Amino acid sequence: MSEYDLAVVGGGPAGAAAAIEAAGLGLRCLLFDEGSDAGGQVYRPPAFAAATGGPDAAAGAALRAGLAGSAVERAFGHRVWFAGPAAEAAGFELQAVGPEGNRRVTARALLAAAGTSERVFPCAGWTLPGVTGLAAATILLKSQKVLPGRRVVVAGCGPLLPLVAVGILELGGAVAALVDLNGPADWLAALPGLAARPDLALRGLGWLARLRRAGVPLYTRWGVRAVSGREAVEAVEIGPVEADWRPSRQRPALRIEADALCLGHGLLPASELTRLLGAAHAYRPEAGGWLPVLDEAGRTSLPLLYAAGDGARLLGAGAAPLAGRLAALAAARDLGRLSEAAFAQRAAPLRRRLRRAARFGTAMARLCTPRPGLVEGLGADAVACRCEELTRGELGAAIAAGAGSLAALKAATRCGMGPCGGRLCNATAHALLAAAGRSAAEIGAPSARPPLRPVPLAALTGSFDYADVPIRELSPR
Amino acid sequence: MTVPGPGRRLRFTFDGVSLEAIAGQSVAAALWAAGFRALARAPRSGAPRGPFCAMGVCQDCLLLVDGVAVESCRVAVREGLVVERPERPA
Repeated sequence: MSEYDLAVVGGGPAGAAAAIEAAGLGLRCLLFDEGSDAGGQVYRPPAFAAATGGPDAAAGAALRAGLAGSAVERAFGHRVWFAGPAAEAAGFELQAVGPEGNRRVTARALLAAAGTSERVFPCAGWTLPGVTGLAAATILLKSQKVLPGRRVVVAGCGPLLPLVAVGILELGGAVAALVDLNGPADWLAALPGLAARPDLALRGLGWLARLRRAGVPLYTRWGVRAVSGREAVEAVEIGPVEADWRPSRQRPALRIEADALCLGHGLLPASELTRLLGAAHAYRPEAGGWLPVLDEAGRTSLPLLYAAGDGARLLGAGAAPLAGRLAALAAARDLGRLSEAAFAQRAAPLRRRLRRAARFGTAMARLCTPRPGLVEGLGADAVACRCEELTRGELGAAIAAGAGSLAALKAATRCGMGPCGGRLCNATAHALLAAAGRSAAEIGAPSARPPLRPVPLAALTGSFDYADVPIRELSPR
Repeated sequence: MTVPGPGRRLRFTFDGVSLEAIAGQSVAAALWAAGFRALARAPRSGAPRGPFCAMGVCQDCLLLVDGVAVESCRVAVREGLVVERPERPA
């Protein structure tokens, strides 16, 4: 028999809400998270007392209090690196490395709620120290109280741009330029979705007013051309872009002296777990890329496997707990712990609220849907895969020679085989293949293999003496 | 570049240099605040690399912390911690 009814991977707003809901329905529930506490990246627990404040901090504190008052068994500081069908019982086997070493558990049902990493498309010089992701900058600013630099260029797309710029000002840094790939027309198109969350829309307007008061130069429909410096960032070259985000040829570029660049192009759902288990996935660029195919309650194509939150599709932190609770209800229903009538009664109001909350998150995600010019304008010498230090030219040559899928490109160049597990280059490789005329079906989803995250070998092997390793006798010749 | 404020101060060493951090800060953030941003080297060119994702994905902040290779953005500073850049294989 499985040890748990439900294992949840990811303790952000989706996973934590799902775990609380499931435990409330009497399910034995285990929650894994890599962090020291629940909250995920959006409600990241503050590293120290000085690093608090804001509506997100309150939401995070409420989520952690809710979890502490529940019957959910929590496994923080655990990296889930393996998932598969359990050998000894119906359900799933998970392995995770935590503070006490490797842990193997079985669960009848599994919810993937692993959230996102950040998508950053390359530019010349983006590997220099001093270039960070926008999400990285929010962690430095909010959780660590460290400025990315004294004079920072903030560039890319989406709602993290003004958030990071204001964060820098609040800590006493200077924002040399705010460079947004989107123009006023793109933001206007997002307005109907923004109206679904007037509180957040107002917060955004407040940020813009703060930036204007501080005299931060704002460049819309502009992008980063190149970063330069010897040992770290010294200057950032920016210039206007066309509607497809290709660098515009007509107007000259501007060189800005800066010691840091915060660059980001939206979020990348972490769908490794459902991909590893073999659930059906579809390519939906407007919702984050390769995503598990889900029904209205978060059921994947595989029995008793569920997905929720931004790791399943980019709907935002407001939608995540609702999707998580729906998935928990579905799991309870599918495990026979909830009648169909009780499920329908509880799910209906959650679905209504989810649809409304999703309008805001979807509008934000659309501001970051990649456009083809972003990589097509990339120079041949720019590094495209950081871990293996492969340039756009090297990847382009392999694509021209016939590599037509992520798997073929990986086999030809090692793109995606470094320690990041392809999280930093798969989106770029996909875009380069698409630019060469390949369809999403040809390109394919990145293959997920264990270990899903880097884990120390010693945690898996334990300590041993070579003398104790059994060696079979050689067979006679 | 750490903002002055409350918080207990801790000392740790980085490649033999004694540095100060606020209790709770990650090793990567404390080093960043002290002006050390180039922590790793690129695999082919040997060009400098620094913390990029701050959430345990990019591996560009990998350091030896008390002798164990870890993502320095994901480990909090403790008093007396010995942090070193790993030696690059020839």
